[in-house]
Amino acid sequence: MAEGIKDKVAIIGMGCTKFGELWDKSPESLIIEAFTEAIEDAGIDKKDIGAAWSGTCYDEVSVGKSAIPLAVTLKLPFIPATRVENFCATGSEALRGACYAVASGAYDICLAVGVEKLKDIGYGGLPQNEVQWGTRLRFIMPNLTPPGAFAMMGTRYFAQYGLSREEGKHALARITVKSHHNGAMNPKAHLRREVTIDEVMNAPIVAWPLGLFDCCGVSDGAAAAIVTRAELAKQFRPDPVYVKALQIAASSGEEMVYTDWDYAHVESTVKASQRAYREAGVKNPRKEISMMEVHDCFSITELTIYEDLGISPRGRAKEDVEAGFFDLDGKIPCQPDGGLKCFGHPIGASGLRMMYEMYKQLQGKAGPRQIKSPKLGLTHNMGGIPPVNVVSVCMVGL
Amino acid sequence: MVGITSYGAYIPLYRLNRTTIYLSLGWLNPASLLPGEKAVANYDEDSLTMAVASGMDCLTGADREKIDGLFFATTTAPYKERQNAGIIATALDLGPSIRTSDFTTSMKAGTGALVSAYDAVTSGSAKNVLVCASDCRLGKPGGFQEEIYGDGAAAFLLGNSGVIASIEGTYSVSYDFVDTWRAEEDKYNRAWEDRWIRDEGYGRFISEAISGLLEKYNLTPKDFAKVAYPCLYIRAHADIGKRLGFEPGQIQDHLFTSMGHTGTAYPLMMLAAALEDAKPGDKILVASYGNGSDALFLEVTKEIKKARDRRGMRKHLESKKDLGSYEKYVTFREILDIDTGGRGEEIAGTQLSTLWRDRKTVLALCGSKCRRCGTPQYPFQQVCGNPKCGAINEMDSYRFSDRRGTLFTYTGDILAFSPSPPAIYGTVDFEGGGRWMFDLNDCELDALQVGMPVEMSFRRKYHDRAHGIHGYYWKATPLRA
Repeated sequence: MAEGIKDKVAIIGMGCTKFGELWDKSPESLIIEAFTEAIEDAGIDKKDIGAAWSGTCYDEVSVGKSAIPLAVTLKLPFIPATRVENFCATGSEALRGACYAVASGAYDICLAVGVEKLKDIGYGGLPQNEVQWGTRLRFIMPNLTPPGAFAMMGTRYFAQYGLSREEGKHALARITVKSHHNGAMNPKAHLRREVTIDEVMNAPIVAWPLGLFDCCGVSDGAAAAIVTRAELAKQFRPDPVYVKALQIAASSGEEMVYTDWDYAHVESTVKASQRAYREAGVKNPRKEISMMEVHDCFSITELTIYEDLGISPRGRAKEDVEAGFFDLDGKIPCQPDGGLKCFGHPIGASGLRMMYEMYKQLQGKAGPRQIKSPKLGLTHNMGGIPPVNVVSVCMVGL
Repeated sequence: MVGITSYGAYIPLYRLNRTTIYLSLGWLNPASLLPGEKAVANYDEDSLTMAVASGMDCLTGADREKIDGLFFATTTAPYKERQNAGIIATALDLGPSIRTSDFTTSMKAGTGALVSAYDAVTSGSAKNVLVCASDCRLGKPGGFQEEIYGDGAAAFLLGNSGVIASIEGTYSVSYDFVDTWRAEEDKYNRAWEDRWIRDEGYGRFISEAISGLLEKYNLTPKDFAKVAYPCLYIRAHADIGKRLGFEPGQIQDHLFTSMGHTGTAYPLMMLAAALEDAKPGDKILVASYGNGSDALFLEVTKEIKKARDRRGMRKHLESKKDLGSYEKYVTFREILDIDTGGRGEEIAGTQLSTLWRDRKTVLALCGSKCRRCGTPQYPFQQVCGNPKCGAINEMDSYRFSDRRGTLFTYTGDILAFSPSPPAIYGTVDFEGGGRWMFDLNDCELDALQVGMPVEMSFRRKYHDRAHGIHGYYWKATPLRA
């Protein structure tokens, strides 16, 4: 009988570089920086690591394929090393690999690293999409970009729930303003200034209805985690952070071809979070979750995530947003580190960076962004686009 | 009786006013101003896509499985080797056991294909032959050719039952008269002196072919309801008919000022226009012009009433939009090599072996319908997409290209590269079931609404110059008419 992962694994060290347009940093140097902080935080040596997971998304830029770049960059001593990729959920995927490895009892300590070097692409935004669809789909997919694919969720959400253009844009802007307020206090974030609702609502359009400030930036960065079995954790530190749930859900393909799905929510988030709550023993997410880092690649994504996680009622997340429910001083602070929007989104690293914030918050080390006595943190990490995607929902606590 | 059993036409949405060209380039040649407007293809249209559009119009309600031949006439084929008629036949979801041919290199290739199709059916070697004629010609910027050329297509189905206009006779003349020409190495057409063309070629060959036909079949101009032939020069066009003895009212509107000279398609498009207004018993004479002339005459039957639901010429002429600028025209036609940015330069490879396996999916927009639950789905699925079904390998082929849909959601994207920004795309829910995401074109973002009806249009999705690939797929457009 499968038992789930709750309280079987602990995170004992984490590292995260500054994210941004790091023109003078190579992905290899970013890996080393995140790794060094992590092992110092864990108080271990490189030789203690039993196996390693490398999360990088793009082959077109960054370190290249396979786990060899990770092993060679860190001079890992011929240990098992695996490269994983699940679009923007890659970072969480690397963590999952390391966690299941120690939970199985096959290793005592495992490493997860996520890295992405996007600012070698040579033009704004992510690499042109078609290659990533595979040889068949590239013939028949539209000329879309991530902002456009998510913008379509905005168009649909506004139409479905009767939001005027103003009302909808206002709700989205409120989300961005909230995240910028937090990011401004975070020295590692890519974007660090406050913004106003007006600024956000009137920013140039990228893909209608999303404007410049509805879209997360394109960034370089790396993050790392060191994990061990729960019963060994206290040997390394007095305040390990325990994994309560590690869930992931991949689209079945039905949203794309069957006409039930409404393009106003992400089904994989619903499924992954429901399983995560069961795994972690959470009965009422709105009451029990202390804080979250969710996949705010675009403001509309964050809006629908609140509903898909079962926290806000369907179609009414706007009310919670406008009431400050997700503000730093709200009921469930969301994006306390600025989120993808401000911290940045180096694809392979993001899932781990989300966990880094939850980890630091639980340990009381978040400085001016510290949330009062958090108990349970949730990370939500999504790869792909609303009609076809993979979503990871993880939960950690004390 | 052998003749036309159905017809269709296509004119692109955009028109370019000839004054707009003149305002940009008239300084080069002040005498080059001509009246009216010309039809101009969108950046994602070419002779192939327009041929498919005219074929779709022609095949409204037809049983495509009965078609056993497809002839394609053009002087602007995207491929010099890869049968263009074969691409059209695949896009129209015709079966493989058919005869396909390309007719090319002359303005009279359209009538040539029509006559050959007639011969094939008359001889009994084929039963239902679809003829598509389409052109997207280029004249050098600032020149007379650029002013006169328009883009368009027409399609005719030839058969021996349900004939709406029988083909009664033909007469051809062939001359190596080099008035306009384009060699292997040329991008643009070249032309000799217009006065010589008008006096020695245009003014003679059409008359010769028509006179020859009248004499061969013992007919006079009075026997005809309409005579249709291309216009190169407006006054000369009228003179040809007059000298032959036709009344002005018999001469089919040449559409030179509303469409332009549409190459091989031109005489066939005028024939389609004539058929739109024809009555049973009318005799119609049509002649082409280009390295000679083919003349043929038809007699309209009672069955003409069956073909009134085509978009044909009138509806395409009426639904139009001004392109607005000459710079857009030269950008769309790849005359002006614009800065696409790094993103616009990246084109994923075309795996031709994948395209072969998925040719029905990609070119014909065929998906599948589950035999167990009846759900139509696109692309072709082996595992049913209905979450309550899940049947594996219980699918039949199902065509979506001729189905309408509603626009479920959409966006206008400025980050994606488009020669006509913003890049508009959305999700289409098809009538009867099925859904997919498509690029949209021939529309403005402001005019779109969730829930509006859309239809599918065959377009050139990308042009991979590095590998010589013109890649085709379907886009959604608002209902054209």
